[in-house]
Amino acid sequence: MRVPLSWLCDFAPFGGAPADLARTLDELGLVVEALEAVGEGLEDVVIARVEAIAPIDGADKIRKVTVDRGGEAVEVVCGAWNFEVGDLVPLAPVGTVLPGGFEIGRRKMRGVWSEGMLCSGSELGLSDDAAGLLVLTDVEGAGTGAPVSEALGIERDVIFDLAVEANRPDAWCIAGVARDLAARLGLPFAIPEPAAPVRVGEPVGGAVTVEVESPDLCPVFTVRLITGVEVAPSSKLVARRLTLAGMRPINNVVDASNYVMLELGQPTHPYDRSKVAGSGFVVREAVPGESLTTLDGAVRELGRPGPGLGDAGRDCLICDASGSPLGIGGVMGGASSEIDEGTTEILFEAAYFDPMAVARTSKRLNLRSEASARFERGCDPQGIDRAVARFVEVLAETAGPDLAVADGTVEVRGQVPEPVRLTVRTDRVNRVLGTELDAGEVADLLAPLGITATPDASGVPGDLAVVIPTFRPDIRPAPHGEADVIEEVGRTYGYGRLPRTQPAWASPGGLNDHQRDRRTVADVMVGLGATEAWTPSIVDADGHTDAGFGPGGITVANPLASDERVLRRSMLPGLLRAVARNTDRREGEVRLFEIGTVFPQPPGGSGPVDEREMVAAVFALEADDARTATSAWRVLETALRLEGMKLRPPADAEGERPRGVVGLHPTRLASLVTAGGTVVGTVGEIDPAVLERFGLVGEGTASAERRRIGWLEADLGLLLDPAVVARRSDQARPVSRFPSSDIDLAFVTDDAVPADAVADVLVTAAGALLESVELFDVYRGPSLPPASRSLAFRLRLCAHDHTLTDGEIGDVRAACITAVSEQLGASLR
Amino acid sequence: MTTPDLAAIRQEAVDALGSAPTGAELRAAASAALGKRSPLAEAHRQLGSLDPDARKEAGRRLAEVRAELEALAERRGQELAAAERAAELDADRLDLTEVIPDAVPDRMGRGHHHPVSVTRRALEDTFVAMGFVVAEGPEIETDWYNFGALNMPPAHPARGMWDTFYLDLGEPESTVLRTHTSPVQIHLMEQALATGSLPIHAVMPGRCYRRDTPDARHLAVFHQIEGLVVDRSVTFADLAGTIETFTTAYFGSDIHARLRPAYFPFTEPSAEFEITCTLCRGAGCRTCSQTGWIELGGCGMVDPAVFDAVGIDSEEWQGFAFGFGIDRCVQMRHQIADMRLLTENDIRFARQF
Repeated sequence: MRVPLSWLCDFAPFGGAPADLARTLDELGLVVEALEAVGEGLEDVVIARVEAIAPIDGADKIRKVTVDRGGEAVEVVCGAWNFEVGDLVPLAPVGTVLPGGFEIGRRKMRGVWSEGMLCSGSELGLSDDAAGLLVLTDVEGAGTGAPVSEALGIERDVIFDLAVEANRPDAWCIAGVARDLAARLGLPFAIPEPAAPVRVGEPVGGAVTVEVESPDLCPVFTVRLITGVEVAPSSKLVARRLTLAGMRPINNVVDASNYVMLELGQPTHPYDRSKVAGSGFVVREAVPGESLTTLDGAVRELGRPGPGLGDAGRDCLICDASGSPLGIGGVMGGASSEIDEGTTEILFEAAYFDPMAVARTSKRLNLRSEASARFERGCDPQGIDRAVARFVEVLAETAGPDLAVADGTVEVRGQVPEPVRLTVRTDRVNRVLGTELDAGEVADLLAPLGITATPDASGVPGDLAVVIPTFRPDIRPAPHGEADVIEEVGRTYGYGRLPRTQPAWASPGGLNDHQRDRRTVADVMVGLGATEAWTPSIVDADGHTDAGFGPGGITVANPLASDERVLRRSMLPGLLRAVARNTDRREGEVRLFEIGTVFPQPPGGSGPVDEREMVAAVFALEADDARTATSAWRVLETALRLEGMKLRPPADAEGERPRGVVGLHPTRLASLVTAGGTVVGTVGEIDPAVLERFGLVGEGTASAERRRIGWLEADLGLLLDPAVVARRSDQARPVSRFPSSDIDLAFVTDDAVPADAVADVLVTAAGALLESVELFDVYRGPSLPPASRSLAFRLRLCAHDHTLTDGEIGDVRAACITAVSEQLGASLR
Repeated sequence: MTTPDLAAIRQEAVDALGSAPTGAELRAAASAALGKRSPLAEAHRQLGSLDPDARKEAGRRLAEVRAELEALAERRGQELAAAERAAELDADRLDLTEVIPDAVPDRMGRGHHHPVSVTRRALEDTFVAMGFVVAEGPEIETDWYNFGALNMPPAHPARGMWDTFYLDLGEPESTVLRTHTSPVQIHLMEQALATGSLPIHAVMPGRCYRRDTPDARHLAVFHQIEGLVVDRSVTFADLAGTIETFTTAYFGSDIHARLRPAYFPFTEPSAEFEITCTLCRGAGCRTCSQTGWIELGGCGMVDPAVFDAVGIDSEEWQGFAFGFGIDRCVQMRHQIADMRLLTENDIRFARQF
């Protein structure tokens, strides 16, 4: 909202530097987004008459213009074409500094000296029009040589561009801003009483009728009949203030209505009486499907329910006496009853509409007007009469000598919000704000806002009976309204002046185990050379299809882009796309990981969503493959002190492949399985067919040498839950001071037997002397039977109390060989 | 001239095509059965010598057989391709339990945390040091947690302050992607009430969603952190002090905070908080529009209506809450002109963190 300082001063004697006032407005929560000085730099710009226009040789965009600036001829070069000889135009002579700091110098263009500049409205900071000169020929009282600012009635002023919060309709007008500001500065504030109309016409009697069929949509509807109207331009003051506030002056009637809205916050609507059939109004609900052409020329279909805000499609229509719609109540008028030059009699509507009803209609029609924005936030039902009187006062300045207001208001007044009354406890004020105010101080802080506070009838010391004016609909009734009043106390006192204290409490802060472990997971990944990615949560379905997922997934009802509407079920598509994007930028040698949420579709498509927090990683350095991913898993396992985890071939579920396997190379993967058999993740390699679909074949060459990308994924909700995955004990084990001995054993083992199954057998067989067992060689070759390989393990043996004898070592060796041979059918190589 | 025995020709071709063991042999069989020199082609050439009625009938049968054989060749081709892929994958088999750690080639080098994670961690650590615990909640919420319990009953106009993504789950507009981390406040208060573990001193970081077209300063998917203190006697003065303590602790001792009135449905009194511009350290620059201050977040005293919604007695307990954007802090700290860079996962960008 654009608020001119000069207008504010109608209500309280504001002084001091505008920047200081702006700071105070900020502190009140009326945030100043811009502070603008107007009328500066126009002192030297004068009115000049165009005497001659001549072409310039070799130039087709500019002309030589000779002007008379009041007895002195000046030649300027000008690029505008919207004027003729005889027109009055603004001239900035050499040496003028225009608003914005541009200094006019003597310039030579195409061999012609220009002794100044003819200006557009935009160059003078008076309008947005930069298309041509600001032609002043029709401006009353404009004469050559006179300063432009004088002719246009421009005074220096300051505009505060305010952002007013949605809950402060009272502050969305000049008087309301002035009230807040004056309260804070301790200045006297008053809204002047409008003068009574000079001429009171005949009693309105039955000349105008009003019938309200939907009092819940429109609780108050008043009409005044104004006759003898001469439609004319507004006074300079009104036109200037409207312009400064960002509205275009139209004619004295429309302008007076807008002026009152800006000043007092009450929207009103003038109708040309001759265009209102039956000289009366019916206020009713729109019939479903009914349509109306609004002032902006659009045809609006009404009466149909819409989404959100509980919109049942109840639109309030203002109709003429015959029931034909004239406008949408509180939102926008229709074109049919507009004021025009021939209007002589006005029916002047001032009403109170239900805020929610206006909000629903305006939202559904996507039609926001200055009026609807005010009505939906809540106008003051008690402010209607003052607004009408002020309208008459403003209009009377220019509407001619015959202007008369018919005696009496035609009105329907129903249920409107009453002033809220509640008890505010001074000790509660202090308890919330941390202040030490007494009841008198609280009352004094509230009084200038129009909120009265007197000792409560209950007699409890410090309790105040508070009455909230109807222009403050943001303050709720009891019990919650007390908090609203406390905010007002704080605001007027000044948030910046309130004390600041550091609270203390006994309970320590900290992360929980899951949060600490999650950090460990990220740190391990980073330590392994992986970089953390942030891939989209709302995705298109194609990525999941390309990765091998079937249809499904939770969808967004109102997506930003129609093809991006599915919540991700896996981070695999996002991470592969990230690799592909980096590959496109010749940086495809990456390892990426992400920790984030995936959204499995709830069974049956409804019911609670089981969001899962996952860690996923792709390993795409040149030599990376499933082995890198496995190795990374081993590091993670160690870092998290996990115990009993096994790599197992994924069990095929009937008809559906188990989770975590979609998109993976079917023979180069393993499930991460707990000792209890719970699958918590997958390690492996991306399916080459999937890589192809993501454009990840070869390394930017046509040879399409197969690229391998390792994959690791785990459900952190399971992985980090000690009830699911056991953790190694914190108890330290002593280390032996006696020397250890190694035995190397190589077994020819069927491919179907996992290497760690062999290791498990060895661990059991070796017994208490075993310190560690480690696979150190894998051999496949023609000397071995088909579909088998040799697995070589190194067992380190040690006792805590003596040096091992050859006999002890031999026993362990023999036990190991027997056990592996008997349990796994593997022979010593 | 003898009429070709179409049944025999067909049977021979079916056998050959159906049993072709490799792609190459299938191509040879297809050529033999369907090519120019095939018995089928020969039979087709002989059609001309038949009388018109017989020609029509024989031609129809020939076409039928050809179509059948072509389909068979196609099907067999797919079978063979699938078998070849299976064989290829099988040959590629790797027992991940036989991976020898030392044998895995690696390249020395550390990766990079995402700048949002780095900042989130630093924020968490600052608040933890101030005595806060860290709490989290789901990204999908019901209307009640995201709006209703936060003093925005259905049709409340303040809901328009957030552009909401609704999900196709349950009743229309009943399930949302949370528009802020504030629903976690409600979960926390409910839990604390259920377990008798009031007071609460927690910060809640997390991912949020708003249906806003992304631009240089806004993302539709973004991260927030908010704080909630519910205790017997915390005041607005405590809120202001907490924010000041955090500001100097996190941004530096020369960066301060100030509050100005604002409106949020779930706090009363409410405030926006601004901090000294971290770029010019308060001297005034373009980023802070010469004011020396930049807006960081919102805060206020928990509205008694919110306490009522969860069943906490607002006479016994008071609370304050505050919240701000993590991504915004990242943008400020690293002077990132366009926030969308954070979601591009370009390794050249990520390497800087």
